[in-house]
Amino acid sequence: MAIFIIIWGFVGAIALGAQGEGLSLAAWRQLFVAGIAQGAMYGLLALGYSMVYGVLGFINFAHGEVFMVGAIVGFFAANTLFDAGLWESNFILSILIVLIVAMATSTFTAVLIEKIAYRPLRNAPRLIPLITSIGISFFIQNAVQLLVGPAVKTYPAPPTWLSNPIEFLGFRVPGTTVLVVVLALTSMTGLWLFVERSATGRAMRAVAEDKEIAALMGINVDRVIITTFAVGGAMAGVAGLMWAIMFRGVSFITGFLPGIKAFTAAVLGGIGNMAGAMFGGILLGLFEGLGPNVVLRGLAWQIPTALAIVLLVVGVVSILGGRALNRSGIVVLGAATVLMGLVGVSGFTIVIPGLSQLKDVVAFTALVLVLIFKPGGLFGERLSKEDRA
Amino acid sequence: MTHTLEQIDAPASSTPSPVDWSKVQKWGVLGGLTMSFIAAIGMVTALDQRLIISPWLSLGFLTLLWTPVVFGIIAATEDAETPGVAGDRDVISGFVTGPLSGLFFAFFIVIIDAFDLTDIFRNLGPKLVELLTFGRGVGVAAALWIISCGLLGLLGGTLKIAPRKARSMIGAAAMSVVGVALLEIIVTDITQGLRIEFVADWIYALNGGLTPASALVIAAGSALFGLRSDGSTLAERRLERMNLDPEVRFRKNVVAAVLTILAVIFLPMILGGLTNDLLANVGLFILMGLGLNIVVGSAGLLDLGYVAFFAVGAYTTAVLTSPLSPFFTPGWTLNFFSLEGAAVITIVLIMAVIAGVLVGTPVIRLRGDYLAIVTLGFGEIIRILFLSDWLAPYFGGAQGITNVPSAGLGPVEIRGTSSQAMFYLIAAFVGAAIYVAWRLQASRTGRAWTALREDEDAAEAMGINTTAAKLTAFVIGAIFAGFAGMIFAVKVGSIFPSSFKLLLSIIILVIVIVGGMGSIPGVIIGAVVLIGILGGPTQQGLLQEFGQFKLLIYGALLVVMMLKRPEGLWPNVRRQRELHQDEMSQDAWLMEESSQDKDGDS
Repeated sequence: MAIFIIIWGFVGAIALGAQGEGLSLAAWRQLFVAGIAQGAMYGLLALGYSMVYGVLGFINFAHGEVFMVGAIVGFFAANTLFDAGLWESNFILSILIVLIVAMATSTFTAVLIEKIAYRPLRNAPRLIPLITSIGISFFIQNAVQLLVGPAVKTYPAPPTWLSNPIEFLGFRVPGTTVLVVVLALTSMTGLWLFVERSATGRAMRAVAEDKEIAALMGINVDRVIITTFAVGGAMAGVAGLMWAIMFRGVSFITGFLPGIKAFTAAVLGGIGNMAGAMFGGILLGLFEGLGPNVVLRGLAWQIPTALAIVLLVVGVVSILGGRALNRSGIVVLGAATVLMGLVGVSGFTIVIPGLSQLKDVVAFTALVLVLIFKPGGLFGERLSKEDRA
Repeated sequence: MTHTLEQIDAPASSTPSPVDWSKVQKWGVLGGLTMSFIAAIGMVTALDQRLIISPWLSLGFLTLLWTPVVFGIIAATEDAETPGVAGDRDVISGFVTGPLSGLFFAFFIVIIDAFDLTDIFRNLGPKLVELLTFGRGVGVAAALWIISCGLLGLLGGTLKIAPRKARSMIGAAAMSVVGVALLEIIVTDITQGLRIEFVADWIYALNGGLTPASALVIAAGSALFGLRSDGSTLAERRLERMNLDPEVRFRKNVVAAVLTILAVIFLPMILGGLTNDLLANVGLFILMGLGLNIVVGSAGLLDLGYVAFFAVGAYTTAVLTSPLSPFFTPGWTLNFFSLEGAAVITIVLIMAVIAGVLVGTPVIRLRGDYLAIVTLGFGEIIRILFLSDWLAPYFGGAQGITNVPSAGLGPVEIRGTSSQAMFYLIAAFVGAAIYVAWRLQASRTGRAWTALREDEDAAEAMGINTTAAKLTAFVIGAIFAGFAGMIFAVKVGSIFPSSFKLLLSIIILVIVIVGGMGSIPGVIIGAVVLIGILGGPTQQGLLQEFGQFKLLIYGALLVVMMLKRPEGLWPNVRRQRELHQDEMSQDAWLMEESSQDKDGDS
């Protein structure tokens, strides 16, 4: 059913575009670039989920809040710098200072959470740390709201030379987007080198593989786990700044949705798989940016009757063929094609007003579909044996 | 729990261990941090108007003053790292921890007095400074705080080594003074219902809070009551209850049940509207809690999208009965003695089952933590769809559906605004739900759920159809929530998507966890304590002033319960045995020992 809607929407969007009723090419490109930038942010956040799941085997629901706290404290730093005049006179330096502040805050928060809440639960059943992290997430959200107030805090605007668009390979890309992508690439590379090359990184991978044997090999497991949280927190801090550059507004609820989406990205890329997390993030960002327009807008396209009849035939044949070959994938695709043919014959279309409202529905649908159909991720999980389901 | 037992039975004469200074330091600083945090989130200023003992002690200050006592006790308590026997060192630990917290807090006061931090922390303004310095100089205030925290820490340390009876007396006195002061609304309400207003007039001062005289009387009375109890801990009492003869236990349970039913029937008549409304809300949450308890507690499936079923129930009722909805048929109301009413109930039931199957089928094969996130996703999807312009012609979008007619019993109308009628309606549903949940627990399905929660592979090997069992749990949970939604719709008369946020799912989860997963009385106690005192997402509790802090407290409760008492306040016996197998056997052993000691003394 879901597959059918996605195919219909996808084809429909292209057909509508060809008829000149859909979005213009320039608009598509813009959505694409924005999707990449947001996806890079999700990717950085997803790393935190992925690493913690890889090492400890539970979902750190409070990771979104770690991100939010970084962005909020970063706001106060940015605001101070703006009042001091440094924001305008030397933007690069001030953004670096804000970055360091955000990273430090997020790292500190993540480590604190681990020490207070997760360490005593090291050997508890899997759901107990998950429930704890939901509590932590709730607590941090409301503590921030009470401490600094519920109002949305708006970062000072970046200088005009940065927010002006830059021509790049035929894409008109805002400078802020470039900055976001550069930030993401730099921190990703740094993290990659850290995990793959340094001794601590090796220890981290060992602990993810098997805690007990790692401990026998002389690795200080507690310290490695703290490092994992610290690194994940630092990445969340970077993501917090990226959010601030892209959207400027932060408040106590900023962390919830990006957190959920980043978790989806982590699962999509394969839990415990770092490169996968980044790719998963970008895929999800693209899907979220293009999804409502591609899939839902395309549902307004009426399938031509001739095509519908062809689809019906192809669908029935592939169902029968799939049955014969015992390949359920082909059967599902065939069923989707038949449905599409039926819709085409009846001339049924769905026009959805207020598309942007459904952006989060698309994101949550992605979450549900990924977790149900591809819980192992596109690029494979890297988990210790006991954590694999 | 075990600490107190060890400490009681340990001979006091053996060599006391030295004070663990690093621990004292740690808890002292943590105490100071906690106090500063409580002041910074604005609790002290917001709750200053609510008096406990007029005019000396306000709830605002009470939120600060408990800290040195409790942290003093913690610092004085032996743990695995600092073994040893109780003695003077406990008092010293408490006595040092307190002033350390006080010192830290005094430093905090000096800072907020010297710098204006309101740009960042909106509560750290002059109002807070004035409150914390009692309108005197900062120096005097700092000294006062250090001294009073020292005394409170000393109290904590002394309490720790005090004999059990003394502790239960002091505890009972403190609890009842605070409790009676906090229950001011209810006590006034009841006394008005009983036409004995003069009692309330005597207990409470004009501007709220107990008068010093009544506080003294209450403290003395409850201390006497504390003297009567033998000071046994909850665990011991439960152990005792478990060891009772089954027949005696059954008889006790029957008596308790009859008393409860009588109370439910007659209480609303003497209670005022406010209390009835409060109890009706509590009942609604008990209903949902019982449903989630089956899903989470019995079958072990962490459902974070539980609110979706509640929303389905509420929207189905509203769509069928509101004259403003496109599906409205004249004459359809939730009248329990009419054909249309029966049809509404049946359709709500069917929709809940469909929703349960639709959400349940794809998710039950997932591993536990993924299931939680997927259900959360489903919950949000349903809420956003109800909110969207796309489906607004059917569900009203952000405007929701209004004018839902009230329920009825034949010609009698059960108006949503009449809190007494609502109470009876909800109580009837809760009663039925309790019966169903209780019967299910002992049924074949219930035992299958328990087996499933303990070990899925083993359960499957024993021939349990795990998929079917899980789906049944999901669907039954959905039905409970669907009916709760139906009652909610007729109670408030208009429903909006904003009533069905994730928040609600989490709060119901907190109820189940605080009460005790898998335990029916636990859920009831959890709902009474949490919703009754703190309130639900939109419903007010007894402590209305706590409104803005309740979500923070819910979050903290979830963490503290998971860390310290994962089995809940009133645990499911089987579950408690699993979680605390060692401790329980230890307790039993200690009790045997102590009873032998007593025999030896006499």
